[in-house]
Amino acid sequence: MALIEAAGLRKAFGDFVAVDGIDLQISAGESFGFLGPNGAGKTSTMRMIGCTSPVGGGTLRVLGMDPTTQAAQIKARLGVVPQQDALDEELTVAQNLAVFGRYFGISRAELYRKSGPLLQFAQLTEKAGAKVDTLSGGMKRRLTIARALINDPSILLLDEPTTGLDPQARHILWDRLFRLKREGVTLVLTIHYMDEAEQLCDRLVVMDHGRIVAHGSPRELIRTYASREVLEVRFDVPDHAQKAADVDGLADRVEVLADRLLLYTHDGDAALDALTDRGVHPQSTLVRRASLEDVFLRLTGRSLVE
Amino acid sequence: MSAPATTREGDVRTRAGSAVGGGWRSVTAYWLTLYRRIWKSTVISSVLAPLLYLAGMGYGLGAIIDAPGRTAVPGVAYVGFVATGLVAAQTMMTSVAETTYNVFGAIKWQRTYHAMLASPLRVVDLVRGHVAYLALRLLMVSTAFALVALALGAMRGPAALLTIPIAVLGGLAFGLPVYAYTAGTASDEGFNMLNRFVIMPLFLFSGTFFPISQLPQVLEWLAWASPLTHAITLTRAVGLGSPAPLPVEGWQAALHLAYLLAWAIGGYVFGVRRLRRRMVV
Ligand SMILES: Nc1ncnc2c1ncn2[C@@H]1O[C@H](COP(=O)(O)OP(=O)(O)OP(=O)(O)O)[C@@H](O)[C@H]1O
Ligand SMILES: [Mg+2]
Repeated sequence: MALIEAAGLRKAFGDFVAVDGIDLQISAGESFGFLGPNGAGKTSTMRMIGCTSPVGGGTLRVLGMDPTTQAAQIKARLGVVPQQDALDEELTVAQNLAVFGRYFGISRAELYRKSGPLLQFAQLTEKAGAKVDTLSGGMKRRLTIARALINDPSILLLDEPTTGLDPQARHILWDRLFRLKREGVTLVLTIHYMDEAEQLCDRLVVMDHGRIVAHGSPRELIRTYASREVLEVRFDVPDHAQKAADVDGLADRVEVLADRLLLYTHDGDAALDALTDRGVHPQSTLVRRASLEDVFLRLTGRSLVE
Repeated sequence: MSAPATTREGDVRTRAGSAVGGGWRSVTAYWLTLYRRIWKSTVISSVLAPLLYLAGMGYGLGAIIDAPGRTAVPGVAYVGFVATGLVAAQTMMTSVAETTYNVFGAIKWQRTYHAMLASPLRVVDLVRGHVAYLALRLLMVSTAFALVALALGAMRGPAALLTIPIAVLGGLAFGLPVYAYTAGTASDEGFNMLNRFVIMPLFLFSGTFFPISQLPQVLEWLAWASPLTHAITLTRAVGLGSPAPLPVEGWQAALHLAYLLAWAIGGYVFGVRRLRRRMVV
């Protein structure tokens, strides 16, 4: 059975349609990602799943229940990591966990028993007595995750869990999320970074302008919408469109960006050799594996992170 | 907007009510946790300040106002007049302080309300939890003040303890409408105006320091619009010993209480409605 099921799910703010009829099936134990640029409708969708925003149209069922009539029962079994940490800066790390647990009706004794392991999981044991406003961004994010786990949720909703963190903090967080996934928690994430989506998601949907434009596993998406490898070439010219003719025919597909050309091909080195044979000498070149970034570019004609 | 959107836009409701989760009590527990951090500084603002007013106005000014054998308000020492006024006025002040910046912060700055609504708590739980916390705070400040005033002899008789619940209700008659205002306001800029142009004038012109009959007729009528005027009329009826020098008939008392209740209940209803419109989008 799918834990989250949506059909024709919609959300409008006034005349503006933020989520424009999406269909979803998310199963237990899965790690599911929403990928898309700013304003794609990821948060709006997550908030409807989290029952903090009324469903605007279509149908949605979470844990087999209807968010319109059974919000509290659903929320009792969800963990939510919102896009903006909503921690109490004035309270300590431990107090943040304790007050939040009370909202779920968890007894003091049980909270006391739970907070130790949770703090350990979040690597915040030493910071238990520290006020939240003294924590780093990464620590706050981990505390938000620990807090979201206080009710042993069946589903953890994470809205951009790593945005704004430095690479090291991101890696610590990934590691924590992998751990949860191994323990069987269903993860639903929204993500900005492609590498992250490839690392964390079993399956994902690419959203743009409130619609789902593609879905599948990261590997499937790359196979379908990109090639195995990409040759990136840069020239010392103001407009790369004028160089498009130079690479014509060397790849299955060429994407012209403002600052470089992307050549989609199964063998990047071969394409590079062919380019050199033509007597074309770019300022710089790079052969890399295709990523979800390329998928996104193909699907929307825009890069994901501006 | 599509048809189902308009019919469903009201709220994310739950039929089982607050059977799931910690309910409003957990919200009260949150505010008390925050309060424990800052209680020392509030002792100064909400207990010491009214006592300073009592000393300065009641005893200091009273010494000039009351001549030996003759009091300005017949049968009432000025210090008693001020004490029975302040007990209600201070809950108004505390109430407004507890329903402006910290509620606005929970909505906008700290986003505590957003975190609460991600749990099984409902919008009404947020409001009820805050009202319960507010009532507790008002109970603390009015009890402290009433006990000191009784000990000093500024208030008299066991009936003076009734000033406590009256002051709490009077405070709620301000706090809940202000909560409703805060729940819907887009910025914190209005709070300064509220304090300067509404609360301060009401503090001065609701009979705290002089009988409103001293006011020009039009202002006297206006003063009756202020919940504080009604609260003070009641605290004076019970707080000055017996026989009561400023008594209130039973039916009058009922009307005064009804007026205070109307503000409190109206504020609550609007508070829930405005907070829902703000949070549930
Ligand atoms: N409460 C609201 N009122 C009006 N418009 C809104 C509201 N919430 C979101 N929107 C609009 O809906 C669109 C989708 O917003 P949403 O937050 O779902 O996007 P997102 O994919 O999460 O973007 P980001 O990556 O920036 O977080 C945006 O254009 C946004 O301005
Ligand atoms: Mg978002």
